[in-house]
Parts: sequence; C-alpha cells; structure tokens
Amino acid sequence: MSELFYATLSSVWDLLQKKEVSASELTQLCLKRLETTEPKLGAMLTVDAEGALEQAKTLDRQGPDPNCPLWGVPVTVKDVILTRGLTTTAGSRMLENFVPPYDAFVVERLRKAGAIILGKANMDEFAMGSTTENSAYHAAHNPWDVQKVPGGSSGGSAVSVAAGQCFASLGTDTGGSIRQPAALCGCVGMKPTYGRVSRYGVIAYGSSLDQVGPLARSVSDCARVLGVIAGHDPRDATSSPCAVPDYLTALASNGDLNGVRFGLPKEFYGAGLASDVAAACEKTLQCLREAGAESVEVSLPHTHAAIATYYIIAMAEASSNLARYDGVRYGYRSQNITDLESLYVKSRTEGFGQEVRRRIMLGAFVLSSGYYDAYYKKAAQVRRIIRDEYLAALDSCDVLLCPVSPVTAWPLGQHANDPLKMYLMDAYTLSLNLAGLPGLSLPVALAASGLPIGMQIIGKAFSEAQLFSLGQAMENLLPAIGQPKL
Amino acid sequence: MSEETKIGPQEVRHMAELSRLEVSSEEEHVFAGQFAEIIGYMDVLQEVDVTGIAPLYSPVSHESRAREDQVQSVRSHAEILANAPKADENYFIVPKIV
Repeated sequence: MSELFYATLSSVWDLLQKKEVSASELTQLCLKRLETTEPKLGAMLTVDAEGALEQAKTLDRQGPDPNCPLWGVPVTVKDVILTRGLTTTAGSRMLENFVPPYDAFVVERLRKAGAIILGKANMDEFAMGSTTENSAYHAAHNPWDVQKVPGGSSGGSAVSVAAGQCFASLGTDTGGSIRQPAALCGCVGMKPTYGRVSRYGVIAYGSSLDQVGPLARSVSDCARVLGVIAGHDPRDATSSPCAVPDYLTALASNGDLNGVRFGLPKEFYGAGLASDVAAACEKTLQCLREAGAESVEVSLPHTHAAIATYYIIAMAEASSNLARYDGVRYGYRSQNITDLESLYVKSRTEGFGQEVRRRIMLGAFVLSSGYYDAYYKKAAQVRRIIRDEYLAALDSCDVLLCPVSPVTAWPLGQHANDPLKMYLMDAYTLSLNLAGLPGLSLPVALAASGLPIGMQIIGKAFSEAQLFSLGQAMENLLPAIGQPKL
Repeated sequence: MSEETKIGPQEVRHMAELSRLEVSSEEEHVFAGQFAEIIGYMDVLQEVDVTGIAPLYSPVSHESRAREDQVQSVRSHAEILANAPKADENYFIVPKIV
C-alpha cells in the first residue's frame, strides 16, 4: 500500500466499497504521509488527526455506503471555508483562534457524502495572493521543487493533492486561486460557474467573484467532488436554482474530441507567455488536432484592461467585506486600546498582514467620494464589456483553451516587494471570474525544468459537464506527467 | 496616472483613515510609491469607451426570489459569544463609549 496515497479518489472509493481497505487504514495512510511530507511542504495550517480518525472509525463501524460518493475518502479543505469546531483562520492572525460554530454548506455536503476531513489547507491571507507566501503562518512549497512557490491562493490545497496527502481538496477561486495553483502543482482544478456552489460559510473576499471548487488528481475525481458540493442553497441568494447534472454519468459516455472546436483567444498567446509554456500549449494543440479537434482563433479585445478591472472590483469588495473585522464579536483584539475607535484601528492594524491592508486601503480609495465613478463604476462597466466578449467568443466555438499561468512555478520570494508585478501574473485567470464562467485547469506537460504546465478549458455558464468530458478526453490523450518525487 | 490623482503620504493617511487602519511613517512612503504605481496602472481603464454600457456588478443571471420571514433559532447565545475577545454571559464587551 506504499503508493496508494497517489491513487485517484475514484479508485480508492472502489477499494473502500469492496472493503479492500478501511476508512481508518486510508486515514492513517494520509496522516502518515502528512507527517513525512509536511516539514518540507507546509501545505496545512491545521491537521485534525484525532477528529479524522474518529470519523473514519464511525464510518467503518457503519460499513460502506454506495450512495455516498466520498465514503471514507480523506480530503483537505482550504482554511477560508468554515468547519464547525475546527479552527478556521483564513491564513490570517486576525482569526488565529476562531472556531466556527457552524459548517459551510460545502462542508455539510462533504460530510453527508462520507468524506473525512483531515485538516485545513494553507493559503494566502484572506485569499489575497498568488503564491501562498502571504499566509500569516508559513509559506507552502511546491512539491515538484520545494524552492518554488506552489501558486495561490489555494496553494495548500494544490500541494496536499499533488503530494498525495489527500485524495481531493476544496479551494476557492476569486481570480484564479484554484486554477493557477493546480497548474503550478500539476493537478486538476475546477472553478465552477458563479452561483453553482453556495458560498454560505465561506469567508468572503470578493463576493461577486468568489467561488468554491475542487482540486484533485484526475478530471473524474474533480467531477465527483463538484457533484457533491454543487447545488442551490437558500442561505446564499446568489446560488443558482439551475439543476445539477450527474457529472460522472456525463463522463461515462467518454468525451470525443473529433470535431470539437477549441477557441484560442489570441490575446492569451502573445507577449508575456514564457517559451516553455508556449511550446507545451502548441504541442497540446497539435495532439488535439491529430485527435480530430479543430482550433479557431478568437479574440477577447479588452484583455489588456482585465487586470485593472479585476483588481478595482476585488479590492472594493474586499474593503467592504473585511470591514466586519472590528475586534468586537470575533477575531483578534489589540491589547493596546484606550477607546472604541482605537479598538477598531489597533485590532485591524495588528491583525491584518500587509497585503490585506494594501487591498483594503486601495478598495476604500476606489470607492471613495470623487473617485467612485472613475474607478469602481468604470470597472463595473468594463466588466460587462469583458463578459460580453467572452460570450461572443464562445458563440464561435465549443470551448476556449488557453494557458493558466504565463510561467511555471517561480522561486519563493521573487516578487515579494513588488505587488503590481504579482498582480500581472494573474492575467490569464482573472477575467473568467469577472465573467462568472467556469474553467477547468489541467496539467498538459512537464517543462524541461521538471515543473508542471497547465492549460484551462473555459465554457459557457453551467457547462461544467462539458468541460469535464473534454478534460477527461484530453487527460486520456496526453501523456501523464506523473507524480513529484518527495 | 491621471493628472488629478496624486498619491503621496497624505493620501495614504486618508485611505488608512477610511479603512480604520494605521500606517507607520515608514509604511506611508512605501505604500505611497506602490499605490501610485498600482493606481497609475488602473488608468488603462480611462481609455475604454463605456458610453451607454450599464455597470455589471454581479454575474448572477437568475432572479432573486423573496421568501417569507420566519423566526428561527439557528445558534445559541453561548455559541455566538464563544469567539468574542471579551464577553460576559449575554453581551460583547467593548471599552466605555459614553
């Protein structure tokens, strides 16, 4: 059972159902894997060994349930998602001792499906960052090369999946935070359509952009997890009443690439794309064409304005959302206070890290009197243009296909003092969140450096089944990248 | 950056005040430089013609449905107060206001 930790979720689920392995054995295997790999990787903020083993024991006593698609499967959950009774920090000192009194909707769903929650995955503070270096606790490291970043903000989730610490993880994606770490760590990540998954119990960053989604080691595993967490929830008014298809059934009728029209947004293949990433994309396209797919050039003309649009909206929403951290009802309270005003100011100043403070202040600026129209309102108008351009592009093809990150994983610390440069790294991911559309990031190759390269398939709203089906066809077609050597 | 948008230490102090945050004098200068660069970059939007374009504040496509208000007891007093930095059995406690 030595390499079982690298097996797919679907295959261990089969083993569990046949009682060839017990939930307790599998949980112990993952805990052991965490113990040996965490000193190098830092993927987790909290490991709940006791709780996980207890849950596994209960499940084993009850016996396998074929109606529970995650029965006995150990998973990790990004620390921005509330877990009842289990500390949830959002990667911030502000919430260092916060123990949620309730589960997020997606966690309720995980538990009902029989999943075992191993612990909470590391992340950039309040999901603000692209490397997981902004975690207030410790950085996470890329399992393919521990000197490199794993991406972010769901870096801990991607690392825990890629390193075989768990069989799937839940992340959140506000501007690429599932797709980019999945690409940099060589796993599969799905950012669902805005509204597909309830945000109830997810600590808010950009409320019109945030979406929870799965990371796993295969497309089918991602589909299985999304099937569990998707659906309407009356506690989140933005969650969609649109019916959830059976994603696994959609995959059973093996996706055919023959005649599929892949749209290639020309703005995503231009200057700024590293040569090894460009070459991997070209090679992938060649394989797809050989399998009978077609490619057509499409255009998203306002791509150059997307980064500015995104950061204005995200920061504005962040400054409003993070106003709730006032040191009164929960979270950090400064000891250094004289009156109510200083309680607010000192608690927030001491509790938030620098990037979070930067985004709150910039958000307050773009919403402030005299600047609101020029920045926030203007960005919302450009957002509509960007969304409409996506929809128009998707009218001339079946799906879009493009790189996820312009470069492979970079060294830790590289952009630490240059926030703007870091924002520019999100160029290929964040416009999707502005448009609210779904995107599936999957590994397509290893670069000569030994680091993974990912591409994303983008579809119309609520086309996740189609993305999974095409993603699985690509997965079958392309040579597997293997696992990191740890 | 547009002519009228100047970001210096004074503007940073104003942004901090709006945000109920404090910045040290050292940070004021670091943030001023970074903010000038970031907000300068945002000016790419000034070139986009948005005449007649309605703002898109949310990508939600379904209509919100109203529901009847219902009185429910979802969580107990004790659960809610358990995370408070300072509380007694019934209330959050803050410094004296009046």
